[in-house]
Amino acid sequence: MNVLPLTLHVPEPQPCFGSAPDFSGFHLSEAGRVRRPAIDVEASEIRDLAYELIRVLDADGRAVGPWSDACTIDQLRSGLRAMLKTRAYDARMTMMQRQRKTSFYMQCTGEEAISCGFQPALQAGDMNFPTYRQQGLLIAQDWPVVDMMCQMLSNERDRMKGRQLPVFYSAREAGFFSISGNLATQYVQAVGWAMASAMRGDSRVAAAWIGEGATAENDFHAALVFASVYRPPVVLNVVNNQWAISTAQSVAGGEQATFAARAHGYGIPALRVDGNDYLAVHAAACWAVERARRNLGPTLIEWVTYRAAPHSSSDDPSKYRPQNDQAAWPLGDPVERLKDHLIGLGGWSEARHVQLKAELDEEIGIAAKEAQGFGTLVEGAKCSPASMFDDVYKSMPPHLREQRQELGF
Amino acid sequence: MPSLTMIEAIRDAMDVMMARDDRVVAFGQDVGRFGGVFRCTDGLQHKYGSSRCFDTPISESGIVGVAVGMGAYGLRPVAEIQFADYMYPAYDQIVSEAARLRFRSAGEFSAPIVVRMPCGGGIFGAQTHSQSPEALFTHVVGLKTVIPSNPHDAKGLLIAAIEDDDPVVFLEPKRIYNGPFDGYHDRPIVPWSKHELSETPQGYYTVPIGEAVIRREGTDVSILAYGTMVHVAEAASRSVGIDAEIIDLRSLIPLDLDTIVRSVTKTGRCAIVHEATRTSGFGAELSALVQERCFYHLEAPVVRVTGWDTPYPHAQEWDYFPGPDRVGRALIRLMET
Repeated sequence: MNVLPLTLHVPEPQPCFGSAPDFSGFHLSEAGRVRRPAIDVEASEIRDLAYELIRVLDADGRAVGPWSDACTIDQLRSGLRAMLKTRAYDARMTMMQRQRKTSFYMQCTGEEAISCGFQPALQAGDMNFPTYRQQGLLIAQDWPVVDMMCQMLSNERDRMKGRQLPVFYSAREAGFFSISGNLATQYVQAVGWAMASAMRGDSRVAAAWIGEGATAENDFHAALVFASVYRPPVVLNVVNNQWAISTAQSVAGGEQATFAARAHGYGIPALRVDGNDYLAVHAAACWAVERARRNLGPTLIEWVTYRAAPHSSSDDPSKYRPQNDQAAWPLGDPVERLKDHLIGLGGWSEARHVQLKAELDEEIGIAAKEAQGFGTLVEGAKCSPASMFDDVYKSMPPHLREQRQELGF
Repeated sequence: MPSLTMIEAIRDAMDVMMARDDRVVAFGQDVGRFGGVFRCTDGLQHKYGSSRCFDTPISESGIVGVAVGMGAYGLRPVAEIQFADYMYPAYDQIVSEAARLRFRSAGEFSAPIVVRMPCGGGIFGAQTHSQSPEALFTHVVGLKTVIPSNPHDAKGLLIAAIEDDDPVVFLEPKRIYNGPFDGYHDRPIVPWSKHELSETPQGYYTVPIGEAVIRREGTDVSILAYGTMVHVAEAASRSVGIDAEIIDLRSLIPLDLDTIVRSVTKTGRCAIVHEATRTSGFGAELSALVQERCFYHLEAPVVRVTGWDTPYPHAQEWDYFPGPDRVGRALIRLMET
């Protein structure tokens, strides 16, 4: 047999750096075409849904198909407000980071519909296990932005006492688990939390969050095994924003199969949803949360979106991806799409949109002033150095007490 | 000799070895096309092709696991973990696999791999971008652990690590990637070009693993340090006017005990400085060794100046970091004992 030398396949990213953005290979299901299965459907009956894309808003901004009836007009306006507020928050925090009032920031531009559309599907007592790009989960429930900003600024009102990197919020009361920088760890913890809810006979639901890049981590796969075995009330969210810092989703395994399809090997039902379509997001979220609440087990949802902003304030995407790539992204901008839909319904106008944006900018600006009044990372009050010895253990062991004294406290 | 930063020196080491030996490959998160988040592999994919320098999925256990497999095949993989703080999923592959493969197969297989990882704080990275986990490696039998303090040593040590037949954990103190940081965070940044140890020979050379170097000769006290803390120790002893002998360990395992014993026997006093937390830190091992080998020459108890036993905080970073003031005070106390 004449055998050619082997070669290693290394995926090439799409869109490719140095060329015009080209998404022609991206499969786009027609809006309204993907079916809505019964709430108690078996995973084996909806395998195709891991390869389709559930979409509600069509090119003209109309809501079509079986997933289109989830929201009232007031809910849509509230969703638009949450997305715009998230965007205004991101803009202000980015500016404050550039002014060196804090060390770091991470925007979620282009992905606002996912967290803002998901959060209203949850109830008080449920728990999100977020990544660092789900600030919309807090903003959509009107969690005080001053509280978030104080964490951002590591000032004296920072409930995390200046310990955590900016954006690594924790808000137990808001159903928002403490964020870790170590990727994927929260995913399997969410499964455990949901198992506990079932073990205690409660009705609380967990929502696990991860980016497509971090699905490569062991903890993602461990989470799916445990979710498959114990069928706890958890929604397993995968936000596919196409980029893990500089690495395209193909390097995370997105070239051969969708991220939604990973659930199939574990017998977990999976949906793949247009993450830039607020109506589709909210409808799919409600479906999966209801399944969980009715003891029908876990659902994995791949939210397909695009990271329009840099990975973080330390990142420069112009070094690895085309300019203006987001403009070419076939799923568009979530804010513009919901705005157009609302205008089409007669429940919104360009003038009201401009006015709301101005109001939110002002609201965020006032909050930022208030938060800075409590200090910033570089000036003003912050939590005492002595406090870093607290909470290492519940009660301080002698060797830490000694070290605190050595520091002068 | 060209003056290089740590980043350039590390890249140069990989470049030299990839050119000399086609078994040398480099990979990790953002390592290929982008050239690494700290730019340590910038240009290597372009020069050597994407089957020798490439991006990996975000899976530290995967990165080190495939390195072990490639090493067993006969390659010389240089794997990058983006931050040492993200090493933990790979710990099983490092501890149970890479470190013991030679032993458990009685030499049939081995893992001649290098695992590079940026470590240490000083960049407002908080608990997930600041850790110094060297003691978690020095405690593991079968591993070598090295940590350079300057561009010259970084290049020579990395080449030696790539040529080494055992697994080497190569720690890169990220605070000194671009300049020799002495701990005075409120003073202007000094670039490497102002420091003599940025002078780095072109092409191939090695700094042998297992050899410490005396950075400054002195008679009052021996300071054992590595990485960033070598520069802090120099600044501290200068500021308090103590004639310290500063030993840059460079290689933690294997350790150059002869150099340490000779120095402590001469000075009669020993301070150990590291950024990692104190309890069960590498300083504890050093302290025990000095006590065992130099007890009758010691005029005062061995002193450790380290990070506190707390997670690395964000806002209180400089209260946590064992800077020159804390080191200086400890030296004064040591001299008064």
